[in-house]
Amino acid sequence: MAKYILDFEKPILELENKVAEMKKLEDNLDIRDEISNLEEKVIQLKKSIYDNLTRWQRVQLARHPERPYTLDYIFMMTDDFVELHGDRQFGDDKAVIGGFCTIDEHKIMLIGQQKGRDTKQNVYRNFGMMNPEGYRKALRLMKLAEKYNKPIVTFIDTPGAYPGLEAEQRGQAEAIARNLMEMSRLKVPIIVVIIGEGDSGGALGMGVGDRILMLQNTWYSVISPESCSSILWRSWEYKEQAAEALKLSAPDLLEQGIIDRIVPEPLGGAHKDHKLMAAILKTVLKEELALFVKADPKKFLEKRIKKFGKMGMFIE
Amino acid sequence: MAWFKRSKQNISAESRKREIPDGQWVKCAECGEIIHIKQLELNMWTCIKCDFHFRVGSREYISILFDEGTFNEFDAGMKSGDPLEFTDTKKYTNRINSTMRDTGLSDAAVRGIGKIEGRDVSFACMDFKFIGGSMGSVVGEKISRAIDAAIEKKIPLIIISSSGGARMMEGAFSLMQMAKTSARLAKLNEEKIPYISILTDPTTGGTTASYAMLGDIIIAEPKALIGFAGPRVIKQTIGRDLPEGFQRSEFLQENGFVDFIAHRKNLKAQIAKVLDYAL
Repeated sequence: MAKYILDFEKPILELENKVAEMKKLEDNLDIRDEISNLEEKVIQLKKSIYDNLTRWQRVQLARHPERPYTLDYIFMMTDDFVELHGDRQFGDDKAVIGGFCTIDEHKIMLIGQQKGRDTKQNVYRNFGMMNPEGYRKALRLMKLAEKYNKPIVTFIDTPGAYPGLEAEQRGQAEAIARNLMEMSRLKVPIIVVIIGEGDSGGALGMGVGDRILMLQNTWYSVISPESCSSILWRSWEYKEQAAEALKLSAPDLLEQGIIDRIVPEPLGGAHKDHKLMAAILKTVLKEELALFVKADPKKFLEKRIKKFGKMGMFIE
Repeated sequence: MAWFKRSKQNISAESRKREIPDGQWVKCAECGEIIHIKQLELNMWTCIKCDFHFRVGSREYISILFDEGTFNEFDAGMKSGDPLEFTDTKKYTNRINSTMRDTGLSDAAVRGIGKIEGRDVSFACMDFKFIGGSMGSVVGEKISRAIDAAIEKKIPLIIISSSGGARMMEGAFSLMQMAKTSARLAKLNEEKIPYISILTDPTTGGTTASYAMLGDIIIAEPKALIGFAGPRVIKQTIGRDLPEGFQRSEFLQENGFVDFIAHRKNLKAQIAKVLDYAL
């Protein structure tokens, strides 16, 4: 697959290419100092770019086609994955993957939204947009986890629930609503990680839990910047302003008290180093899971409901 | 066919005004019948000729459902904050203030307790004319308090929805109102308190995908638009026109998502009948 380069990644890439070229010449010429100078410059440039990302740039990173997806994390982070299919009512939604797996000493139920890497896969995965049977499949697996007393980890990465004709016919709204209600009462810990895009109800339908985490360059919002722009500005052109106005980045949501923790990404984004990203996430997940070993369900359940209960801001 | 006569294949424009205009006489949006405003009110804001249900708000529904003089509103002064300091083409706070002035409402939901055929009921009703009945923090909190009141007083809960979905200007806070209200309803279920959800035109987006679809009994008014995604978005996604009646109450009943459809004139009696079995 051709490398996918974002606009703001270009200056870094150019400089990196220059360093590479000079290194080829290094044997013949004495340019070691210049090379290390330039390498220092690359580091500085990266820092200045990635420390000052706009919200829209983060949205672009969250959508980067080389970003690790649920299956990548399963392969890199877990052992003995047993994939479980279907909702037992209608079918098996390929936009969501779920099953038991092991992360070192923790046996868990992992359920994640799955995008495709290329056009063919994306058609198969419906671009990570779930249908009602997907939400019902996720709920079935979560109830199974409850029965077997295993913690649940969900990975969110979706541009939204699928807005199709059949999805409406089969009750997209009902499926999401049911999950919100049921997830608030499941008697096992639920850890939610936004690994890419968290677009609205389609994301929240798997996003109620005890701990809500976001990777550093992801977004989570009531609406995508593009749709927000088209509704409020009546044009698709204002997506950057919309992203700013919606305050949809991980640091924003942490400040709003909606998420609990930000998971750092490798410099330049998760797509730059899949292995490192998976290693970081694995460490974080182990810390999170450790919080709930031997925890009393009554206590964390009460906390879970309170947590969502206090979200919002109004004047009385 | 000449090129200038060609329309885009399979897709057509669609829009229809459903609000009640000012003045003494109104025209039915469905059949064109001219109706005097008093006559319309007597007919519970439905067309005398074709039964078209005009879009009405909390004030009208309170008068339709509750025994006269029994309804007490709570949290009437609750109004929206501006958690994101949101500005699009205008400031969110200005939008809120001007809408409050124009509608006389404090936000897109009213909640309180009243009597339906002598029985106490905790009630919340959305108002579409307040920023499209959008659900932000105030709506979420009022719905939650209506649920809490039902649990606390052990009385049934009734929610009337009329909403375009979550309110964009409060960002993720609006989204979280879906989780907040649904979690409260889980508690209501455990306490075995009855909940009747009433869907009116339109009920879409985050409202449908939370409390509106979680009723023990779900009643819809005739021909109301009910769905998750809006018809325009679906039309764009699939690239063809939607079938006649798609996402209307009758379609939802046919597909198993609505218990029954009630004409507004029978709504109170139908609710009372259901409550007889629920308690």
